Amino acid sequence: MARKKLKTSSKPAALPFEQPIEDVRNRLKELESLAGKTAHDLTEEIAFYQERLTTLTQEVYGGLTAWNRVQVARHPNRPLTTDFIQYLFTDFVELHGDGLYGDDPAMVTGFATLEGRRLLLVAQRKGRDVKERLRCHFGSSHPEGYRKALSKMRLAERLQLPIVCLINTPGAYPGVGAEERGQARAIAENIHEMFGIQVPIVVVVIGEGGSGGALGIAIGDRVGMMENAWYSVISPEGCASILWHSADGKEEAAEALKLTANPMHDLGLVDQVIPEPVGGAHAHPKEAMRAVADQIDLWLTELEKLPLDALLEARYQKFRTIASAGSLVTSP
Amino acid sequence: MAWRLGRKKKDMPGGLWSKCSSCGTMIYTKELVANQNICTSCGFHHTLNAQRRMEITADPGTFQEYFADLAPQDRLQFVDSIPYSEKIEKAQKKTGNADACLTGLCEVKGHAVAIAIIDFSFMGGSMGEVVGEKITRTVELAQEKGLPVFIFSASGGARMHEGAISLMQMAKTCAVLQRFRKNGGFSVSIMTNPTTGGVTASFASVCDIMIGEPQALIGFAGPRVIQNTIRQDLPEGFQRSEFLLEKGQLDMIVSREEMRDRLSLLLDYAAAGKK
Repeated sequence: MARKKLKTSSKPAALPFEQPIEDVRNRLKELESLAGKTAHDLTEEIAFYQERLTTLTQEVYGGLTAWNRVQVARHPNRPLTTDFIQYLFTDFVELHGDGLYGDDPAMVTGFATLEGRRLLLVAQRKGRDVKERLRCHFGSSHPEGYRKALSKMRLAERLQLPIVCLINTPGAYPGVGAEERGQARAIAENIHEMFGIQVPIVVVVIGEGGSGGALGIAIGDRVGMMENAWYSVISPEGCASILWHSADGKEEAAEALKLTANPMHDLGLVDQVIPEPVGGAHAHPKEAMRAVADQIDLWLTELEKLPLDALLEARYQKFRTIASAGSLVTSP
Repeated sequence: MAWRLGRKKKDMPGGLWSKCSSCGTMIYTKELVANQNICTSCGFHHTLNAQRRMEITADPGTFQEYFADLAPQDRLQFVDSIPYSEKIEKAQKKTGNADACLTGLCEVKGHAVAIAIIDFSFMGGSMGEVVGEKITRTVELAQEKGLPVFIFSASGGARMHEGAISLMQMAKTCAVLQRFRKNGGFSVSIMTNPTTGGVTASFASVCDIMIGEPQALIGFAGPRVIQNTIRQDLPEGFQRSEFLLEKGQLDMIVSREEMRDRLSLLLDYAAAGKK
């Protein structure tokens, strides 16, 4: 399939814990540029630093804390919805508006094609540059976004197209207008109605899965998380500010909330952790997006074989049982 | 999310005298209790614990408790100032209940109903696995018995200490209500002060009828969070029942004194078409 070139951010931004990697990378660049200008043979030294870069990246990424992963999930170069649309999907036809009040730029919906399969894409948009980020409220949807998503999902149902939801939001927008127009109700209705949508739904958390804002489009027959994504009832900063009245405790909060992909999978709350290349999705966006595409393809192929009754019953049972183990214990 | 709310932690009523947190009037506590925790001066509907709510809602002697044996577990081993497991014990000692939800069957003016009441006095009525499970089982019970369901909410939202497990309770409770509605069930959500976060954004907002108690704070994000985001003063009466009614987000506001009559009348209408 024809692949379009990715727009990359102008500045490669290194996260604080990535600095040692960045230092080696810079040293390597220096040597490489020097190699052409000097008579000295730098081959050995370059090879040494190349090896060092690989092992160091593996070391650093092998020991990420929960908070480090939250930082990776928010990395400015991490592939966003717009990148997925540009690189992974073809024939994209955006469908705007909730038909009631407005068109939320933080929620993108439209027809898209993946590996020849026609589908409906519902995806949260954060925006890459400052202007776009402001317009999208940094990926925080208003009620219009959730209502737009639901109305397009109903269309997909009528057309018998499967639905793919990509989650990337710090949370639903906390604002006056959002409350006036029923933010809570819009999210609740989406969750409620998605249990009845009569086509397969697959969900992937590609960055941040911020609470109800994420769950409002996350009722899927399969739910996956990219390796360095987070999904939680509250952001680490929000949790820290409630518990300790300051965002300083965000690292402890991230740890305590068990919000990263592997613990979420161990708790049985997501079906699959989609591995990212060593160094994170921001270092190798195409490979990372490809892995997501392959997983979606696999899941849809599986789900399309299920009769409708079985599909809906399994979706119901999945959410009926996933978070019910602890409460089966009786009180003393 | 369990947003911290502006109101003082002190549960009404306290000692011999209670101070109304809305108008500041000192009220003789016995009088306040006799008045269903409604301020005798300004009419503010103060929070009721679940047992008391049941007493003023159900016909005397009709309540049969179900699912009382469900107790919370600290599956994440969550520690903030103290471990979550200790927090649970403290709340259990304080309230005499295993978690923040009282569920079962009762009659309201002769109508049999399934009922779930969230208890704000237990960790701010926050929804973890047990609250989610009890709401879900109550709806399933209603389904099995062919009864309508009433859900009274008073909650700061999802319980942070249970992480994404509490988030998934939103999905679970909506799933069961979706099925209940599809099978012809009738549900009423009564939102009392305060109902916010993941509770408002799940079962409390997907019932057939949505009722607010007067002046109840009802919303998704807490007022402080919104203020910190937009850095502007919030409009007068923002997120109160009257404001929500005006914005089309509630079916009606019903005072505590009229609640039983109104619920009973709604049940008459819900049953009328089926005959």
